[in-house]
Amino acid sequence: MTRLPVRKTYKLYIGGAFPRSESGRTYEAEGQNVARASRKDVRDAVRAARAAQPGWAAATAYNRGQVLYRLAEMVEARAAEFAGLCSGREEVEGAIDRIVWYAGWADKLAQVLGGSNPVAGPYFNFTVPESTGVVAVLAPEAPPLLGLVTRLLPPLVGGNAVVAVVSEARPLAAVELAEAIATSDVPGGVVNVLTGFAAELGPWLASHMDVNAIDLCGADGDAAELERLAAENVKRVVHGAADAQSPWEVGAFLELKTVWHPIGR
Amino acid sequence: MGGGFGERARLQVPAPRSDLSEPEPVVSELDKPKRDLEVPGDWTYASAPESRDIVRIAERYGHFVGGEWLEPAETYETIAPRDEEPLAAVGQGTRADVDCAVAAARAAYADGWSSLSGSERAKYLFRIARLLQERSREFAVLESLNGGKPIKESRDVDLPLAAAHFFYYAGWADKLEYAFPNRRPRPVGVAGQIIPWNFPLLMLAWKVAPALACGNTVVLKPAETTPLSALLFCDVLRQAELPPGVVNIVTGDGRTGAALVEHDGVDKIAFTGSTEVGKGIQRRLAGSGKRLTLELGGKAANIVFDDAALDQAVEGIVNGIYFNQGHVCCAGSRLFVQESIYEPLVAKLQRRLSTLRVGDPLDKNTDIGAINSAAQLEKIRELVASGEQEGAEIYQPPCTLPEKGYWFAPTVFTNVAQSYRIAQEEIFGPVLSVLTFRTPEEAIEKANNTPYGLSAGVWTEKGSRILWMAQRLRAGVVWANTYNRFDPSSPFGGYKESGFGREGGRHGLEPYLEFDR
Repeated sequence: MTRLPVRKTYKLYIGGAFPRSESGRTYEAEGQNVARASRKDVRDAVRAARAAQPGWAAATAYNRGQVLYRLAEMVEARAAEFAGLCSGREEVEGAIDRIVWYAGWADKLAQVLGGSNPVAGPYFNFTVPESTGVVAVLAPEAPPLLGLVTRLLPPLVGGNAVVAVVSEARPLAAVELAEAIATSDVPGGVVNVLTGFAAELGPWLASHMDVNAIDLCGADGDAAELERLAAENVKRVVHGAADAQSPWEVGAFLELKTVWHPIGR
Repeated sequence: MGGGFGERARLQVPAPRSDLSEPEPVVSELDKPKRDLEVPGDWTYASAPESRDIVRIAERYGHFVGGEWLEPAETYETIAPRDEEPLAAVGQGTRADVDCAVAAARAAYADGWSSLSGSERAKYLFRIARLLQERSREFAVLESLNGGKPIKESRDVDLPLAAAHFFYYAGWADKLEYAFPNRRPRPVGVAGQIIPWNFPLLMLAWKVAPALACGNTVVLKPAETTPLSALLFCDVLRQAELPPGVVNIVTGDGRTGAALVEHDGVDKIAFTGSTEVGKGIQRRLAGSGKRLTLELGGKAANIVFDDAALDQAVEGIVNGIYFNQGHVCCAGSRLFVQESIYEPLVAKLQRRLSTLRVGDPLDKNTDIGAINSAAQLEKIRELVASGEQEGAEIYQPPCTLPEKGYWFAPTVFTNVAQSYRIAQEEIFGPVLSVLTFRTPEEAIEKANNTPYGLSAGVWTEKGSRILWMAQRLRAGVVWANTYNRFDPSSPFGGYKESGFGREGGRHGLEPYLEFDR
């Protein structure tokens, strides 16, 4: 007698929970009904991200590094499942290795991107990189897993909270990744995953006044309109590459803070 | 045009002490200074005018394009804000003028500047730094004349820093491959740069020095009201024998700036100015692929804790908001005072204000010069009126302001609510809003409650609290137990709506470089 398998419901990932779209909408992708996020889901996700961001940024860099390393562990454990949801084993291994690579950057960014400045006067002066805040990511359509990981990790390792709109045609890997994130000690709300239509959700994210930066990597078509909307609160606009791996990718989502103090007896 | 100096009539003489109608300072017994410095009743200052003979202003200026002066189609008059004296006719740059300048910059870029070795570029920049040092008094006088800032500041701050910027970035020109590990840098191309009127030559240096060091060529538009030091800078370029077209200067108002922003031949725009205009530029450049950096407005919190060295803090507060008439994007315009020291601090501050000398920018005694323009004066007046209308209490020390020119007395508002316009909007004038807080958490909450994020100040003797505050202030520059310090090696720039990108330091190179990897 064959056992009937238990199927998964593909939902959003917001604030550490897995809600359906408040709109009740789904769309069919990869043979599944996947939640089709709405403007209100964007709003909820940004709110969750804003609430979670200060705690994530305030965690020690060592801690952030370990949490992200644990994410790699969680993906490794599900490697077989992931392989079925993307181009295969090689993409999964690439994604895992990229997570590990960025995890190791957490406690080195300040040393490579910051520094002390030899000002001409009796002052101690140093520059430290800090998270910019809430980052919207329009992930590339492909590859569905590695593309998302490539754009997600740079803002994340820098202490930002992320609202990601994932591959429209191949969203299942992203939902699986959300499940790995949920079990990896990444605090709820630090990563929020929205499935749905980037063309519909992009403008709401680009114009949202509580989003500090937007990565337009996966914007298809009218990126110019998104850039125009982003100017309303002087967002940092990033055109991330779908396959880049560099600390400079992280730097795009960081602010530099310079502190002065007099030196004296 | 000379002969304006040495006239006692123009000099600001503080009113005799007995005329002061200031309220009796409230000082608790504990906080009373042991030796209170009393200002003698009849203290006046003899005039100490800086000679303006050192600078020669032409009657008419064109645009500096391809190493030559381009006859402008249209001109406007630039004046001295201290007495509205007309100084020169300068060009109102048209689209055609901008076209010529961009073409000259492109040609210079392609014809050698971008392929010149870094060490040769460096030597040009070192030359410029040296020439600015040699001619610094000439520039300082011109800066004070055309912009209205006290000669003390243009002489001791603007000019030394401008020269230092060129010297600093000169050294980077042949070391760029060491600046960004594992990256291969190359120039961006032609940079369009638009600068403000508050530090005309210094902002030029902030823009031009890193651009040239990185191998770019430049089209720069000085501010409408303060073009003269940039035009004199062209003579420095001539003396430095900088190849023609590497730096081009087109003067004019916002229309000239818009033409530069929209020009297809420009690869990168760097803008310093208001947040409103900055947003417009960001919108305008959407989809263009052009690089952009913005250094925009601010509404900085200057936070004083009850354990701060109060007299030092008062000096820092005064420097923070009255430096350059408050025409400073990072001015400490919101003063947050811990409640327990509110009264003694405000009393000390008001007493200090009464000793500030407002008057002729070319007088070496002057602390506060002229407001830069009639339009800016109008904006300050409007916001100050809104403060009074919304219910804040205004204090201005007694001082007689000259009849001609643009003047505004140093102003302190107390009884200010966070919602008042004077606590929310950038005034860009000598106007301070005083607010209070009880705990460090509350100070952070209030300080960060603004769309801006350019700078902040913290005054406390407790080191751990300084670092705690510095971590939480959402601002690109934090001055602890000091304020308004600048250095070419120190990155400067804002969070949030104060802009993006940094100027100064290693980080200031990045906006002017492309990377092959």
